[in-house]
Amino acid sequence: MLRMIGQRLMTTIPSVIGVIIVTFLLTRVLPGDTAAYFAGPAASPQAIIEIRSKLGLDQPLPVQFVSYVAALVKGDLGTSLTTGQAVTKDLAARLPASAELTLAGLILAMAVALPLGVLAAVKQGSWIDHLCRIVATAGVSLPVFFTGLLLVYVFYFILGWSPAPLGRLDVFASEPPRITGLFLVDTLLARDFETFRGALAQLILPAVTLAIFSLAPITRMTRASMLAVLGADFVRTARASGLTDGKVIGTYAFRNAMLPVVTTLGMVFSFLLGANVLVEKVFAWPGVGSYAVEALIASDYAPIQGFVLTMAILYVALNLMIDVLYGVIDPRVRLEG
Amino acid sequence: MNDMAKVEPVPARAIPAEPVPALRFEAPPSTSLWAHARHIVAENPVTGLAFGLFALILLAAIFGPSIVPYDPLASNTNAALQTPSRAHWFGTDQLGRDIFSRVVAATRLDFSIAIFSVALVFLMGGLAGVMAGFYGGWIDKVVGRVADTIMAFPLFVLAMGIVAALGNSVGNIVLATAIINFPLYARVARAEANVRRDAGFVQAARLSGNSDWRLLLTQIVPNIMPIMAVQMSLTMGYAILNAAGLSFIGLGVRPPTPEWGIMVAEGASFIVSGEWWIAFFPGLALMIAVFCFNLLGDGVRDLVDPQRRN
Repeated sequence: MLRMIGQRLMTTIPSVIGVIIVTFLLTRVLPGDTAAYFAGPAASPQAIIEIRSKLGLDQPLPVQFVSYVAALVKGDLGTSLTTGQAVTKDLAARLPASAELTLAGLILAMAVALPLGVLAAVKQGSWIDHLCRIVATAGVSLPVFFTGLLLVYVFYFILGWSPAPLGRLDVFASEPPRITGLFLVDTLLARDFETFRGALAQLILPAVTLAIFSLAPITRMTRASMLAVLGADFVRTARASGLTDGKVIGTYAFRNAMLPVVTTLGMVFSFLLGANVLVEKVFAWPGVGSYAVEALIASDYAPIQGFVLTMAILYVALNLMIDVLYGVIDPRVRLEG
Repeated sequence: MNDMAKVEPVPARAIPAEPVPALRFEAPPSTSLWAHARHIVAENPVTGLAFGLFALILLAAIFGPSIVPYDPLASNTNAALQTPSRAHWFGTDQLGRDIFSRVVAATRLDFSIAIFSVALVFLMGGLAGVMAGFYGGWIDKVVGRVADTIMAFPLFVLAMGIVAALGNSVGNIVLATAIINFPLYARVARAEANVRRDAGFVQAARLSGNSDWRLLLTQIVPNIMPIMAVQMSLTMGYAILNAAGLSFIGLGVRPPTPEWGIMVAEGASFIVSGEWWIAFFPGLALMIAVFCFNLLGDGVRDLVDPQRRN
């Protein structure tokens, strides 16, 4: 198992190198004079030249790349002009908010999509199968920001069930002591149940929005792979041996059907990390996505580059985790690796 | 479509070339594309609906700006924030602009972004993929590596980064949308070109003295066009969604311009005070367009798939 993880780790190295090169190119080679930008609109040509040499922008590109990588290794992604803080610090402060939202969305989506997909496959052609097909078709057509706004209108404005879509906590509530950064976990650890309820109420709508968005691919994949497995010989053998339906579907079919679903999770994460940006904007969620959007509006480039790089590294790491998970589910992968 | 294409099953990645059942040749030899399209629509009414919607979107894109009842840019503060009525079917926004006119007029821009980005990625990804599949070797390695690197990013995030770096314009939205779809096209084209590289009809053409370029253009490309067409109509929906998402967060399209994503963004702040129609109708138009393109993708697949042609 360890050897497999090690080998898989080696294959992520080219991806990471590619990601770093692309983000570097996005900062340096493309049009727009970075030095003039950092100097501000009122700067004299002399000042721009000084800043250019201070930032090392007058060096040849390979030299710039080396110093870029050296700064990266030290965790230096530059300074945000709007917040005046180091980008790394800003991102670290806001990452838990995004992580909490994304995880909640994913867990919700799985909680609905897996049973729905399995039932649709087991009871093929029934109403639940049709429901599954509708979910899979509608889910990919819904713009995620539009779903979010519809939910806000219905559950905040008409029904008044959910709080105003303004961040992670009510303005008057105080944040729980920071342990994990995930409010739901931190409030429970601090035994502050009132804040927990408040944080949960704020989280539900954005999490549901993300869940609706990622429901479609998971449902479709679960249904398809469950159908394939149910038609396999070993399932027929299990049935013929007189095992109960629960045992055949739950133990024999489900675990095997999970393999392609876990693979799809990689694609789902790609969608989720992008959709996160839009959902955070709709719900004024103080995560990394809205940080990047604020920076975009202010033409503040360092945070955007830092955000793109962080998301890409995170995504590569998530794919690595998915592969490891694959090995946990399927012993054959472990043996081959 | 010539007889050669009938023998060669198009999704050849999945299905090894099987002997063609004799039954197929009993079908009338020359059915027109139009008759076939009618057959497909009759068989699956949802596809008919998708083609109908597509025609509607196309009409709105071509004639929209000239047939709308109000000027999409003209503000009228006396009529601001009106609910949908007979005078203003979709209501008016905070500046008193008619939302129906804006939604219809926006079709052209959203549709063009999708069309141009898909055309661009078809040229870039298709060419790179066909070359990679046909020649193999270092071209294959380079194209594969580029595709892998793009796939290492969450795609929407990469598009954000590209537009932010290249500059905030509609052209760069088109380019960014094309780039994030590149791996998809390159891989399909590569796989399809690769299985045909040594096919009998290509060998025959090669032996008759055709150059590599002629082989690519006259033998390989025409035969992978059907599957690329399916790919294009399937990515249209994603392209429109992606472009609208980018303009929703303030990239590309500038405020007075009617565009669905930015209109939803403009209406977003009014949702909490109950003015739902400002964001709802452009969002609905966007949803219908994406839904239509997704269905259309399936329809086009039915239409061009030789397995189903009879």
